[in-house]
Amino acid sequence: MRAFGALLARELRLAARHGGDTFGALLFFFVAGALFPLAIGPAPEVLARLAPGIVWVCALLAALLPLDRLFGADFEDGSLDQLLLSGLPGSLVALAKAVSHWLVTGLPLLAASLPLAVMLQLPRAALPVLLGGLLMGSAVLSLLGTACAAVVLGARRGGVLLPVLVLPLTVPVLIFGAGAVDAAVAGLPVRPLLLLLGAYLAACIPLCPLAAGAGLSGAVE
Amino acid sequence: MADAMRLVAEALSVFRGERLVLDRVSFGVPAGGALLLLGPNGAGKSTLLRALAGLKRLDGGRVSLDGGEAVRPAYLGHQDGIKAGLTALENLRFAAAVSGRDPGAALAALGLSPLAALPARLLSAGQRRRLALARLCLSGAAVWLLDEPTLGVDAGSVAAFGTLLAEHRAAGGVVVAATHLPLPLPGAAALTLTAPAPG
Repeated sequence: MRAFGALLARELRLAARHGGDTFGALLFFFVAGALFPLAIGPAPEVLARLAPGIVWVCALLAALLPLDRLFGADFEDGSLDQLLLSGLPGSLVALAKAVSHWLVTGLPLLAASLPLAVMLQLPRAALPVLLGGLLMGSAVLSLLGTACAAVVLGARRGGVLLPVLVLPLTVPVLIFGAGAVDAAVAGLPVRPLLLLLGAYLAACIPLCPLAAGAGLSGAVE
Repeated sequence: MADAMRLVAEALSVFRGERLVLDRVSFGVPAGGALLLLGPNGAGKSTLLRALAGLKRLDGGRVSLDGGEAVRPAYLGHQDGIKAGLTALENLRFAAAVSGRDPGAALAALGLSPLAALPARLLSAGQRRRLALARLCLSGAAVWLLDEPTLGVDAGSVAAFGTLLAEHRAAGGVVVAATHLPLPLPGAAALTLTAPAPG
């Protein structure tokens, strides 16, 4: 447990030193979201209809950006060997990485989604549902992303492979997350969709670190 | 004879792709002993060290420490595993938290105390290597696996590292090292690996 805490502290300290990476994902999120009104026109009713999907897809793509370096830097400089020999199981090393990714990328995206949603004319009443969905959805993205980053680690052209592997797995998150916001706008019950999202998160919490741990030990071979 | 040995490797075989790099390599190292791995480039010295560390899967044979399977060694490979964005002291924090030892003492042992607050990005290659050696000393592991540990390290620091190696061995620790440079390991046994015939 102490080793897990120390690893998490190390990851957060590293993220603070390389603040540009975090900020880059946030900027991407904003810029990508701001392109939609320019492409489809500023009509409020059209934007409001598309807003849930735009926010969710942009958050998903922005969360992908830092994944490439999540294990890549440690793999290249030999730190990953040291982490795996520390006595901490590979799955817990991966879980610490996923938690740090969520704290450093997921939570800021959550905060940034609020102004973007307002900008896209999403009705105020649907904002709590959007945030609640993104809270769970961003955690799923961190877990799935960590697992996939570990699996493609060591593969040539892993950076290209990574989105192709992650994005299909995030389809349920997108359907339930954006669907819940749509339901909230239409005045339909949102609870079933958020519960399904929660169920997906509950499945990812144990499974993704296990898969990532196996990926890591395969990568250092 | 075999039960006096602390670290025992029996008939280790490792493939790299289709190539058999290690073909039934066996050795034993007693408590306080050291083993030097010799051989030309490509003979499998680094592969043997990674296999002993448990990073590379064995395709045959077994490694045991005091008769048990859990070896949990400290390993120093070609790469230093130093984060350029962290200071020298911060680079040791994780290893210190795992072993519960004092990172300041490890820095002092390798003459790095004045550089503790400096980002590792500003350290020279030799200083980074010394920082990696400090992390090794911090681990408290019974087995040290070293791959060219003193590459780029100046003579004074090699002598300081020699003191640490002697302390580690006096406490019953085991050292396995691959190197082409002279290492301060008096009385070390040698194991010469030969590059396997191609095909």
